[in-house]
Amino acid sequence: MAEHIARHSPLGGFAARFAAATRGSGGAVRLAELPYPAQINVRLDPKGPAADAVRLALGIALPVEPNTAVRGGGLAALWLGPDEWLVVGPAGTAGDLESRLRGAVGAYHAAVTDVSAQRSTLLVSGPRSRDLLSHGIALDLHPRSFGAGRCAQTMLARAQVILTARDERGPGFWVLVRSSFAGYLAQWLLDASSEYTAPGYAAQGCSASQ
Amino acid sequence: MLLIPCPWCGPRDEAEFGYGGQAHVPYPEDPTALTDEEWARYLFFRNNPKGPHPERWCHAAGCRRWFNAVRNTATNEILAVYRVGEPRPVIV
Repeated sequence: MAEHIARHSPLGGFAARFAAATRGSGGAVRLAELPYPAQINVRLDPKGPAADAVRLALGIALPVEPNTAVRGGGLAALWLGPDEWLVVGPAGTAGDLESRLRGAVGAYHAAVTDVSAQRSTLLVSGPRSRDLLSHGIALDLHPRSFGAGRCAQTMLARAQVILTARDERGPGFWVLVRSSFAGYLAQWLLDASSEYTAPGYAAQGCSASQ
Repeated sequence: MLLIPCPWCGPRDEAEFGYGGQAHVPYPEDPTALTDEEWARYLFFRNNPKGPHPERWCHAAGCRRWFNAVRNTATNEILAVYRVGEPRPVIV
């Protein structure tokens, strides 16, 4: 019996194609996988003592406004519902993060679940990333309505995703998608980005127009 | 496609939602006391108005919360949405 079961990301085979699309667009759209981030699902009453305990343990408060995310200390807390959040941390920290949260909520009425294997994470960034995602998302992604600190659960090309705008400078998004849909979504994104990777696109300076 | 305002997430495409039928159908207080006909009426008989109709929807691809909406069945206009537990708003 194998001692270790090797991890395979459903997006593992796409790295070269993502890099080619990024190069081909001259950086107008950048596609990449964020491998194996720790993802912990937290359910608790936002008005109860467990919410305060989690805030003290993580150093960031769980956002109570719908469709928002809070970042800090290498973690991100994404609003999933009025009593549900997804805490995302660096790869390899899932066990530690889960025990920190479990220790914090203690005997309070709450649920802490490691769901790291549930979703794969895509990074979509670059000046044309909003245009690329808009090919398959009905939400208004303009920075005015979907800027830094926003997150949403919606359909991207008919696949359910959690979309969150990164806080870094310039347009960029995390797209968290169920692992069984990740290959499909990667193929769809590569196809949708063909407009920006067409020969001559970068040379025309289109990528600098935004 | 309908644009349905989820009381948590805001307006979203109809494709993100699941339909749950008529709202405010109370579970019988003592189901064992019902006759077969009364039980069948509870299970299967629903209003079929032409006009405002309170119904349950679930934002399945979003926050996954159930809520109630009053929809005009003739025009598909969503007249009001309200969270579970909140009273049905008066539609003038």
